[in-house]
Amino acid sequence: MADEVILLDFWASPFGMRVRIALEEKGVKYEYREQDLRNKSSLLLQMNPVHKKIPVLIHNGKPVSESLIVVQYVDEVWKDKGPLLPSDPYERAQARFWADFVDMKIYGLGSKTWQTKGEEQEAAKKELIECLKLLEKELGDKPYFGGETLGYVDVTLVPFYTWFYAYEKEGNFSIETECPKLIEWANRCLQKESVSKSLVDREKVYGFILELKKRRGIE
Amino acid sequence: MDESIRLFGYWASPFALRVEWTLKLKEVQYEYVEEHLPEKSSLLLQYNPVHKKIPVLVHGGRPVAESLVIMEYIDEVWKNNPILPQDSHERAKARFWAKFADEKCMPSIMKSFVTEGEEEKAKAAEEAREQLKTLENGLEGKRFFGGETIGFVDIAAGWLGIWARLVEEIVDVKLIDAETMPLLRAWFAHFLELETIKECVPPWDKLLEHSRGFHKKLTAPATT
Repeated sequence: MADEVILLDFWASPFGMRVRIALEEKGVKYEYREQDLRNKSSLLLQMNPVHKKIPVLIHNGKPVSESLIVVQYVDEVWKDKGPLLPSDPYERAQARFWADFVDMKIYGLGSKTWQTKGEEQEAAKKELIECLKLLEKELGDKPYFGGETLGYVDVTLVPFYTWFYAYEKEGNFSIETECPKLIEWANRCLQKESVSKSLVDREKVYGFILELKKRRGIE
Repeated sequence: MDESIRLFGYWASPFALRVEWTLKLKEVQYEYVEEHLPEKSSLLLQYNPVHKKIPVLVHGGRPVAESLVIMEYIDEVWKNNPILPQDSHERAKARFWAKFADEKCMPSIMKSFVTEGEEEKAKAAEEAREQLKTLENGLEGKRFFGGETIGFVDIAAGWLGIWARLVEEIVDVKLIDAETMPLLRAWFAHFLELETIKECVPPWDKLLEHSRGFHKKLTAPATT
């Protein structure tokens, strides 16, 4: 019996991109369904009634939501190809720790770089760079956070690379100058087909941010 | 090979309690190290340099931090009395509800704890009850989130029963409403009755005194 895999997603979402990468890494055939977040479909509301958010993976009719939970689900179900989490429990715990760190910090701080001004914006920029430097340190000399191959933390973090350009333009700072190794790592990830197929153009993301600002009346 | 197990915690921390519950459930022998917060020992700072927080589990000299991460680690190393289900979809659901408890229930209860003014406080309590009602849906009518026995979500969310009762008493709001969430209320009662769970929970009056102190600090007028 063939698997039916549907992904409810939004093109610019870094959280959606994580799931796309995971599915591509595993060679899973899936149907991508773009969602209109300003006019949510009944399917989205039915499949994620609690949060009403994307991404939602629908596997043979059963929904899974929250991007990192979806990535872990994909890793467990399609376990014979492209493992994302390591097999050793301690290494897995480290990977989960750093993915949790990314989730806790990057999106929130990044959002502040374009949603705020003045002191609040400066503080957010500073903290964002500090967090990215910590991640750079964790990467060390490894080609990927997962070691020799793309892993859980790589999948968690690399989608934000598509939003860095927008943060930089809005916040008037350069992430590459502060964290060159991290940008090197991001470009290395983009060499992989699973990543290049899943990530979107950063100029388009920037355009989207500008549109969001206009819509929300942010200066 | 160093197989020692140490848990750095704080007696009143719900996050440390989760880890203790998990270790006790798995019958793992460990050494508990109390951190005298807000002072942080140099060992804690060494083992959790990123967040500088408890709990930290140190297994054979190697640290694991973040309570839910620690719980999954323990479940993977000690395979007796598993707390996560075998089925992948059920595992995803368990992780979902544990996250929901942390990201929605906990903060909304905290909000009703610190909000002043009768009208605003009532509104905050209403929001907290809504989140708790949603959590009840995750039970799917079962005795525990884990089914007939406790699992990942029970251990992760169980503290909410204690915390909600403390908040109800200190700020005089209703959070776990027997009428609108009878299943959740029953679940809290069943969970907190279990020996393994009961024996780790600090005495009620100690917790109450501590929470009152916490409340005073959080609602103290801001000093310029």
